[in-house]
Amino acid sequence: MESLKEKKIKKIKKIKKDDLKILFDKLRESYTVIGPKLSQGVVVLSEAGFEDLPAGFRDYQARGTYRLTDEKAVDVFSFSNGPDSFKRFLHPPLNEIFSFRKSKKGIAIEPAAKEGRPIAFVGIRACDTWALKLYDRIFLEGPARDPSYSALRKDSLVIAVNCPHPGDNCFCSSMGTGPEVTPEVTDVADIVLSELEKSFIVEASTPAGSDILEGIAGEEATDRDLEEKRSRIESCKKAMKKSVPYGELPELIYRNLEHPRWKDTAKRDLECGNCTQVCPTCFCNSSYDLIRLSGFSQKGAELKGVRIRKWDSCFSRNFARVHGGNFRPSRRARYRQWMAHKLAYTKEQFALPGCVGCGRCITWCPAGIDITEELEALKGVR
Amino acid sequence: MKRPRIGVFKFASCDGCQLTILNMEEELLDIIELYDIAYFREATDKPLRGEFDLSLVEGSISTDRQRKEVVEIRERSRHLITIGACATSGGVQALRNWASLPAYKKTVYPSPETIEALSTSTPISDHVYVDYELWGCPIDTDALAETLVSFLMGKRPAVPVYSLCMDCKVKAIACLLVSRAEPCLGPITKTGCGVLCPSLDRPCYGCFGPMEGANIESLMELFKKNGLSHKECMLLIDKMNTYAYRKARIEQGL
Repeated sequence: MESLKEKKIKKIKKIKKDDLKILFDKLRESYTVIGPKLSQGVVVLSEAGFEDLPAGFRDYQARGTYRLTDEKAVDVFSFSNGPDSFKRFLHPPLNEIFSFRKSKKGIAIEPAAKEGRPIAFVGIRACDTWALKLYDRIFLEGPARDPSYSALRKDSLVIAVNCPHPGDNCFCSSMGTGPEVTPEVTDVADIVLSELEKSFIVEASTPAGSDILEGIAGEEATDRDLEEKRSRIESCKKAMKKSVPYGELPELIYRNLEHPRWKDTAKRDLECGNCTQVCPTCFCNSSYDLIRLSGFSQKGAELKGVRIRKWDSCFSRNFARVHGGNFRPSRRARYRQWMAHKLAYTKEQFALPGCVGCGRCITWCPAGIDITEELEALKGVR
Repeated sequence: MKRPRIGVFKFASCDGCQLTILNMEEELLDIIELYDIAYFREATDKPLRGEFDLSLVEGSISTDRQRKEVVEIRERSRHLITIGACATSGGVQALRNWASLPAYKKTVYPSPETIEALSTSTPISDHVYVDYELWGCPIDTDALAETLVSFLMGKRPAVPVYSLCMDCKVKAIACLLVSRAEPCLGPITKTGCGVLCPSLDRPCYGCFGPMEGANIESLMELFKKNGLSHKECMLLIDKMNTYAYRKARIEQGL
């Protein structure tokens, strides 16, 4: 396994911590660089340069709580995931898909142009590379290729990072989706960074990644550096506080579809949809036609507008409302659908995990509902 | 095709929602082209005459006279849509529903004996059948425009009914509850304002009322954990949508 991995990696270098700036600058020549940045007291993803990295900051996360402090830590990636993920940029929350004009001649449809430079993501964690892989499978590799996602994803670049520290709600280790960017996901991570005490190990895993590394001077990574990388990943795994019984999935869910716990959860559940909006794998959306008053002619001969795709959520009441009624009429049914989709159905549909253990849903749930605790409760006696 | 006749009516309210219609400056000419504005006292002095294809009703039912008038308006209207927090949930004047009318009268008016009012202020839907409700204090112009277009097309307006949180996330606003423990009503409140307060770094005040199935009790439990008393929690929902929030709370079984 180890030798196979080494073969796949085309380039491996060691660079000084400050030389990360060179990487950023090089990326900025041809990409819109999206990276972690401080905003509104949290770490968001936004157009960012090296100087924007919240280096030294540490986030304290608990159920329904997020606080950020400047601890002047030595590590650049001292912080963990904030609420954002790549999905804000590749599957935009409010996305114009096409414009249309209906006249006597018929309907004319004009796809919305997705212009602009390709995106380079810097600092994507292992968990999110798994989520990105899932997105690729859904939006690119399914029976229908999504034109919007495809245009935004095409030529994009991912600079992933092996996590030096877990967030307080992280459980990727038990999901098998982190904290290391493993060979299963190096196809979506063009470059992988590993932060050491005094340097970064930079590994290119795709041709696009090695092109970028070409122009960056570095030293050869020694066996000792690789050993430090390994031990840092191990210590991150050990520091992870939460876990899920991954081996018992999906049966644990299927066996317990009528467990009384769902009702208990529904009492606390706010149905606000926050968990789904911050989840890097939740992709549900709804479309509607925006027709302005000026786009409507009373004679009915002309009609023009735009088709908008907007993030939606299985927690929205209208999401399962169809002709004849709502097929998920209760809060209990909606919560169960969400959790079962994450932990059971997605894997069967797409052969990839639907939950990547990033812990965002735990942190950003105002009611503090913890998916790991809910899963644990299903194991209890009914 | 004849332009549908539209009437704009008002009961107990501040006129803010009617003004919102007049504030749709870029769309006013389009509205006039598509609709025959047959009655709108805020804008024209046309007398009340005939029947209406669509009535937009602002304000709550606060007096005995209004109780009769709203029935008359319903009879004249093929479709009736309420606009704003007063018409859809009784408005801020519904605070008296949980207090004594004489005490309120005395507090508010210098000559309380001249005030004729019912002991409650109630939404239009408590009195007549309402086809559609536009929430908000005041209503959102985009939602009204969407409703007016949808009416002409005979379709359901694409006005979302989910929580404000959903649009906070669209706008990449960090959750004020999670990151700062602010008492934000977002998780139980219908979206529609364009995330006005959180965009300005303030928690949601609930201008758009409770979303369908709002879990008010769970949010209050959270506020209490953050140090608020029960009374302070109630004060948060006792504003322009007090009637709707309290009703939702009772329907929740509390």
